[in-house]
Amino acid sequence: MKPVTAIIFKDILIEMRSKESVSSMLMFGVLVLTIFSFAFEPSSVDRSLIAPGILWVAFSFAAILGLNRSLAMEIDNDCLQGLLLAPLDRGSLYLGKVASNFTFMMMAELIVLPIFVIFNNLKFNLQFLEIAGIAVLGTLAIAAIGSILSTISANTRMKEVMLPVLQIPLTVPVVIASVEATSMVLSGETKGISSWLYLLAGFSIVYLTVSYLVFEFVVEE
Amino acid sequence: MPDTFALESEDIRKTFGHFTALAGVTLTVRRGEFVALFGRNGAGKTTFLKIAATLVRHTSGKLRVEGIDIREEPEKARRHIGFLSHNTYLYRDLSPVENLRFFSRLYGIPDSEERIMALLDRVGLRRRAADPVRAFSRGLHQRLGIARVMLHDPSVIMLDEPYTGLDANAVEILNQILDQAAAAGRTIILTSHDLEQGLRAATRAVVIDRGKIVFEGSPKGASIRDAYAAYIRVGVGR
Repeated sequence: MKPVTAIIFKDILIEMRSKESVSSMLMFGVLVLTIFSFAFEPSSVDRSLIAPGILWVAFSFAAILGLNRSLAMEIDNDCLQGLLLAPLDRGSLYLGKVASNFTFMMMAELIVLPIFVIFNNLKFNLQFLEIAGIAVLGTLAIAAIGSILSTISANTRMKEVMLPVLQIPLTVPVVIASVEATSMVLSGETKGISSWLYLLAGFSIVYLTVSYLVFEFVVEE
Repeated sequence: MPDTFALESEDIRKTFGHFTALAGVTLTVRRGEFVALFGRNGAGKTTFLKIAATLVRHTSGKLRVEGIDIREEPEKARRHIGFLSHNTYLYRDLSPVENLRFFSRLYGIPDSEERIMALLDRVGLRRRAADPVRAFSRGLHQRLGIARVMLHDPSVIMLDEPYTGLDANAVEILNQILDQAAAAGRTIILTSHDLEQGLRAATRAVVIDRGKIVFEGSPKGASIRDAYAAYIRVGVGR
């Protein structure tokens, strides 16, 4: 676990200096919530129908900004090569990047989520905690696949464009499951929510396992 | 394999699609040797060094570092390797101490603080230990890069064009560190365009052209200069 924690601490230290990753995700997330709040009149539609979609659009697109920043940090001065020289299996490096990306995404989401609650006239009760739990599962899956895709796109010419082009289609099942689970929590009809949560957990495990195994081939020239 | 070899490559080949970067490089480097690799741009010297440092996977052939097959046990081999290229692999938002602390954690170096300070002393960066690397000149960057390479006390030091962009002072410091490492019995493999700098402390000179070794011999005398003239100076126009 030492290399994983070393990468997390290093990324946190860099983030504390540059303040680029969390702040850009946060700004983007808040802007998406604000724009959609203006776009839909509060009384015109059932908020529980559209609110989960708005929340997960904000989360998943903001995650791409954070992943791009994480990628830029490792490309600058070829730092990724420095990591690859360390006497560790490549999978540990991948897990380290997943952990730090997940941490930054959660930090931004922890601020975006209360704003979402306020904009949608929800209450800070058990419902809020349930949505936070769904956010943890969904974000883990997004960080798991996003961390390897950002490494793949690092070797392409149009890095910033390539990441969303690869990331969005692969996170569609995660976003659908997260939206459905969030929608059930907001409507109060949580019967059957477990199947969506299992799906989220399943995607997280599959993405983590496959990416851990193939990371070595992704980083090789 | 005799235990006197720090590096042994057998018919190393590397292709990128249809392009052949290495067309069968066989080279043995004894422990404590200082080998200078010369070649024009694209000759394959950086590719060879990156393969030896486990950064690039070779297409075929066998390569051992300190007797360890780099394909079978890459993590074990990396413990013996220190690699420096023109990019220093340092995080610009961190200070020298923070960078070295991070790498010492990755390498699992116990009680690293003393070693970090000693290395910063050696490269003349102790007074700048807390400054962000972003503010460093190319020369200071490279000095810190050298400290990163020496951090885990590697037995095989590989340097890819280490003199590029360095001022006279930085060249002097780099040479001092390389001389100390050579005196301590470390194996050094260095690529360079600069014949004089490359040969300064080398015990053997190798010229690579079009992915193959075309000259291997003493760094003293006329033969290396002839080979350099034939394959590099003339080769530029080819």
